[in-house]
Amino acid sequence: MQHQLTINNLHADVNGEEILTGVDLTIRSGEIHAMMGPNGSGKSTLANTLMGHPSYKVTSGAVTFDGQDLIELEADERAKMGLFLAFQYPMAIPGVTMANFLRLAVSSVRNNGTSDSTTTSLIPMREFRQELRQKMKKLGIDEAFARRYLNDGFSGGEKKRAEILQLAMLEPKIAILDETDSGLDIDAVRIVGESVNQLIGSDLGVLVITHYPRLLSYIKPDHVHIILGGRVVESGGWELAEQLEAEGYDAIREKYKEVDLDTKEQYTNTVPANV
Amino acid sequence: MAINKAQPDIGNYKYGFSDDIKPVYKSQKGLSEKVIHQLSDIKNEPDWMRQYRLEAYQIFKDKPDLDWGGDLSQLDYDDIYYYVKASDREERSWDDVPDDIKNTFDRLGIPEAEQKFLSGVGAQYDSEVVYHSIEEELDKIGVIFMSTDQALQEHPDLFREYFGTVIPSADNKFAALNSAVWSGGSFIYVPPGVKVSYPLQAYFRINTENMGQFERTLIIADEGAEVHYVEGCTAPIYTSESLHSAVVEIICKPKSRVRYTTIQNWANNIYNLVTKRAMAHEDATMEWVDGNLGSKLTMKYPSVYMVGERAHGEILSIAFASQGQHQDAGGKVVHLAPNTTSKITSKSISKDGGRATYRGLLKVGSGAANCKSNVVCDALILDPESQSDTYPYIEIDEQDVTIEHEARVSKIGEEQLFYLMSRGISEEDASTMIVNGFIEPLVKELPMEYAVEMNRLIQLQMEGSVG
Repeated sequence: MQHQLTINNLHADVNGEEILTGVDLTIRSGEIHAMMGPNGSGKSTLANTLMGHPSYKVTSGAVTFDGQDLIELEADERAKMGLFLAFQYPMAIPGVTMANFLRLAVSSVRNNGTSDSTTTSLIPMREFRQELRQKMKKLGIDEAFARRYLNDGFSGGEKKRAEILQLAMLEPKIAILDETDSGLDIDAVRIVGESVNQLIGSDLGVLVITHYPRLLSYIKPDHVHIILGGRVVESGGWELAEQLEAEGYDAIREKYKEVDLDTKEQYTNTVPANV
Repeated sequence: MAINKAQPDIGNYKYGFSDDIKPVYKSQKGLSEKVIHQLSDIKNEPDWMRQYRLEAYQIFKDKPDLDWGGDLSQLDYDDIYYYVKASDREERSWDDVPDDIKNTFDRLGIPEAEQKFLSGVGAQYDSEVVYHSIEEELDKIGVIFMSTDQALQEHPDLFREYFGTVIPSADNKFAALNSAVWSGGSFIYVPPGVKVSYPLQAYFRINTENMGQFERTLIIADEGAEVHYVEGCTAPIYTSESLHSAVVEIICKPKSRVRYTTIQNWANNIYNLVTKRAMAHEDATMEWVDGNLGSKLTMKYPSVYMVGERAHGEILSIAFASQGQHQDAGGKVVHLAPNTTSKITSKSISKDGGRATYRGLLKVGSGAANCKSNVVCDALILDPESQSDTYPYIEIDEQDVTIEHEARVSKIGEEQLFYLMSRGISEEDASTMIVNGFIEPLVKELPMEYAVEMNRLIQLQMEGSVG
């Protein structure tokens, strides 16, 4: 079945400040989109707004998933519809094992609509373990990972791989990867890139948000977009990524000077305090 | 972790039922010498115990009310029953236990625990132990595990040698009260070198309105002995106040090892004022694992007095304070010999206006050289209405010591919730998951069945906490 995430003239505020100034984008099953832009261009705001972060307020525009309005839905409801966000800064949850967390998450997403809405019945332990083991193996992740506390004391690379494992287990329809390459060395980017590639079949729609083009050499996008000043200023194919690689962001900034001025200089992607 | 939010709403208290059981004997409300004489008569106690009780009663009367800790102003000592006996004699086998009592135990899941644990189960119903099965093995290895009343009758010398030696009547007002009217509780003696390989357990609950429960537990681990005692407890809801004031004394002889695990989930009207103390001799290890949920006010600071060289004391305390509740809990470690080590880990959670207080004492006596102590207090506050405070008392009379103290207060972060919710987990499940993760260091120390129960209790406490 074909799925479609449609973003239409999306405006969003953070702390009363407008960061997204009219984003238009459509992602369908099987398509890989790259969203590139310099720091402060609104990339992470777009990711968080699409997933329903309570601090990001949509002021106008529309986001629909298979025609259904997403804006009023909580993050868990969006996840149940098939939306996924691989976080730039995944949160640590001490004391909660990866396995327990994943079992509840997978059960919540899969049981959606098939059971009483007030009850989350967990998928059987055997079945879950088998699937987890299989997917960890496929992604080359050590089994001991499942017993560790979620992102607690993980290295940067481990956190990103944990995000990819969650992606593999939750089997979303549309996935947003927010700066999945940030903070990783070249080897780690390759491992993560190859892992993501394995998960991309004919069905998954992907939005890769990135500052640097290097992740894109592993996850080759069909569509490349450049975001500046909170809106998509250029869209094209692979050649756009190549052009950026060659010329850097300066050329783009120069070309869209008026738009870039809108970019709030004081706003840089805020790192949560406990990262 | 099974998530089931379809529980009936009984004020967030799962075990809020009360069976219609007629006590065989019920004293009048309030405390007097007459009540103590009656109690001692019924129990057919030796004269020294009667005198002991009367002296303790005098101390209780003379001691001023506490000028610290929680609010006790609503506690009316004259409006409490001090002794209730639900059935006339001790039961040795399950078949002899009255049906209505069985029914109550059924709803608490006791028979399952009975099946699961091969050990002796001392189940206290009201003030008297009514069911107590001791596995034959315990007899064979010389372990005594019985109600404290029974021990007074059957092992009078052993009893008298240790009773009141760790916590004298004059220790504090509530220890004095307990010493005056104590009834029930567990008595354990483990002979030298004997290691009991499974936890010994006792379940108990309060069932008579306005009845004070004053159980008294005495555990003696002889040289090189090892034992783990587990007490879990639930109580039905009543509208008027109720008092629970226990005393637990533990003697850890040289090289012995004792662990005492408690999970308490009192109804919201109970004053839970408990004195727990262990005396750890040379090379002995004492561990308290103490989980406090429910009650109106809990004041409980399990303590370890390290009186022999290289003794080790460890206290793991968790408190969950919800609406109308004040958990004033913590631990005390007292180093009285050289090279002794201790560790206190406290985790508290407060929600819906609840108040969680950590109160702890770290004391190093003069001459107790080269001691090490580590104290860590973590508080998690779930909403702006709730409160957490920390009172760490430190008294050091020795130069050569290593002390570490850490205190952290955190709130469930919006970012953590968003992260979990972005994976399809509901806000309520996400909060519960974060809280369960927070107390995981304690839960993993519990026997499996208790760990499951603890997580379920947290889940029940968390119900309806969102939106």
